[in-house]
Amino acid sequence: MKRFKGFVRKEFYHIFRDKRSLFILFGMPIAQILLFGFAITNEINNVDIAVLDHSRDATTGEIINKIAASKYFSINEFIERETDIESVFQKGKIKAVLNFEKNFSRNLIRDNTATIQIITDATDPNTANTISNYTSSILRNYQQELNRDIQLAYQVLPEIRMVYNPELKGVFMFVPGVMTIILMLVSAMMTSISITREKELGTMEILLVSPLKPVLIIIGKVVPYIFLSVINAIVIIVLSIFVFKMPIQGSLFLLGVESVLFIITSLSLGILISTISTTQQTAMMVSLMGLMLPTILLSGFIFPISSMPVPLQVISNIIPAKWFIVLLKGIMLKGVGIVYLWKETLLLFGMALFFIVVSVRKYKIRLE
Amino acid sequence: MKRIGYIIQKEFRQIFRNKAMLPIIFVMPLIQLLILSNAATFEVKNIKFSYIDHDHTSASRSLIEKFEVSSYFNVISDFPSASLANSAMLNGEVDVILEIPGNLERDLVKDKYVKLGIAINAINGAAAGVESVYINQIVRDFNKAIKVELVGQPQSSGPPISIATIPLFWYNETLNYKTFMVPGILVMLVTMITLFLSGMNIVREKEIGTLEQINVTPIRKSQFIIGKLFPFWVIGMALLSIGLIISKLIFDVPMVGSLALMYFYTSIYILVVLGIGLFISNYTDTQQQAMFIAWFFMVIFILMSGLFTPIESMPGWAQIITEFNPVKYFVEVMRMVMLKGSNLEDILPQLLKTLVYALAMNGLAVWSYKKTT
Repeated sequence: MKRFKGFVRKEFYHIFRDKRSLFILFGMPIAQILLFGFAITNEINNVDIAVLDHSRDATTGEIINKIAASKYFSINEFIERETDIESVFQKGKIKAVLNFEKNFSRNLIRDNTATIQIITDATDPNTANTISNYTSSILRNYQQELNRDIQLAYQVLPEIRMVYNPELKGVFMFVPGVMTIILMLVSAMMTSISITREKELGTMEILLVSPLKPVLIIIGKVVPYIFLSVINAIVIIVLSIFVFKMPIQGSLFLLGVESVLFIITSLSLGILISTISTTQQTAMMVSLMGLMLPTILLSGFIFPISSMPVPLQVISNIIPAKWFIVLLKGIMLKGVGIVYLWKETLLLFGMALFFIVVSVRKYKIRLE
Repeated sequence: MKRIGYIIQKEFRQIFRNKAMLPIIFVMPLIQLLILSNAATFEVKNIKFSYIDHDHTSASRSLIEKFEVSSYFNVISDFPSASLANSAMLNGEVDVILEIPGNLERDLVKDKYVKLGIAINAINGAAAGVESVYINQIVRDFNKAIKVELVGQPQSSGPPISIATIPLFWYNETLNYKTFMVPGILVMLVTMITLFLSGMNIVREKEIGTLEQINVTPIRKSQFIIGKLFPFWVIGMALLSIGLIISKLIFDVPMVGSLALMYFYTSIYILVVLGIGLFISNYTDTQQQAMFIAWFFMVIFILMSGLFTPIESMPGWAQIITEFNPVKYFVEVMRMVMLKGSNLEDILPQLLKTLVYALAMNGLAVWSYKKTT
């Protein structure tokens, strides 16, 4: 036990001596969560659109005013000809063009119907689709105003209740995600080089001839980083509560326990990478290249997992971040306890155990 | 010139000698391109739908049927009571609960309207918004049908005024996410590989101690930097080429614009990334520090590039920050040229900014590299 303590102390010295890394380690997650928490949203606001109005009459003017008044759009340009549409799209700023047909008012009065084309730049399909939906719903409201005096009978009216997030705030979706990405990558990156570094610098030999068992060396490597990551996690949780007004509906204690569990899982993944790599460069490339995009894309952080093709939904199950995001949302937003979350907890625990066992077995106690 | 040649030769040898790195540089990014491009979709489908039917009449069944046939909804189960349904939502098993009140048909005839209770799991606010649009559409269809059933054909007292909207999706009529995402993810991968490799490069020599040996040679600072840049530049261009071939052959992403323009822009863009990498490398003492900093910038570059979430929706100050994000310009140019066929004149603003950026970063890289310790 005394030997083990000595080893852990050595690791702490290593970390605290490198002031720059320490500064980066604590400064960056804070900077990132502040930046992303405010900046990342998939809501649509102030999209620049252009208008091609062939009629220029009272009705089209009214519709244009209605659209300009909505917070989603700002009308940026009036164009004259159909051929101009192509060129405004190619410049890239304008995302949609509203094309009113000729004699709009007259058609509406005479035939009771008139046509608007909503032409969107669908290189970004999500924005295009949302713009199209929002414009249609503004037009539908306008149409209802025109039809006010006609009674609509026999209707089933859906009363939609938005549960857990009545104001549809984007932060509720993105803060848990950003928190997960930061904890995952910082933890995995930190430990991924801890063993290879000793190999590369030649100090591994000294450890190998010491009477410490491999499993103790590996645990000793993880312990100081657990301590650092927990501080990181606390800072991030405090920020998300006080700056982003994330509610904690469930138990703060459970949130703490699950965070520690996730940190241990990420750290042991880092250790595993470190035991199978020979140089720091390889270890870091694996933990950065191998983990960054899959964690961002397959964890449900930005893109809903249920919309992915089935093979990818299966793959997403091995991403620890996915389960932690479920846990975070469950505790923070739904306010559920361990009764609902035992499955995810158990999965993370199993993953951590797996990584540690494989690391210990892969850890070579002889030099090559 | 000869000196640069030697240093380039040395760098290439070091890269190709490290057998563990080769698959990481060339295979991993391409596998990620193949797999992850399928993951990046904002489409909302397979919505986990459940219902509580207190009515059990043909009217309520025909409403549920409408959800069953819709391709957006997966009807998971029906619950006898609201409390069971709520606990399933807490569990994450269902995302939408529809509660149909009893006596649907009778109340509809008596009061002319009936309220349906619908609960949506709104943690993902944007998806919840879309789900409510789908639900409203289905209910509107149902209303039309029930009206015909209850009162016969619609009265011919003049149709209400209607404005027909025709949505047209240019450049991507089927709203295929892959044509949107594949170029963007390719940009990410090229950027990551070149940034990480160049970021670790000089600092690695510092850490191992071989940088001193180079410092005592007569090589000039700028020659040294150029020699370091060139191999990674080649790797970046090679990755881009393979990625473009994959996106054409496997994802069938159109290449509307000029391929030459694409390559011309990329050749300048990679210089920006390499300049940033070498600057980081000069400024740090250990590979660990270099990687932390490279990682910090890479995450910012990815999440603030407009690749996954639209830049227009960000607050003003964040939009100003994105102006300093080279990846933003690359994503824009890639999409403009590949999907819309923009020409040199259209991408000129992005091109000029990238060029200035490249000059500034590489100037800094040369300046910050000190031959003395």
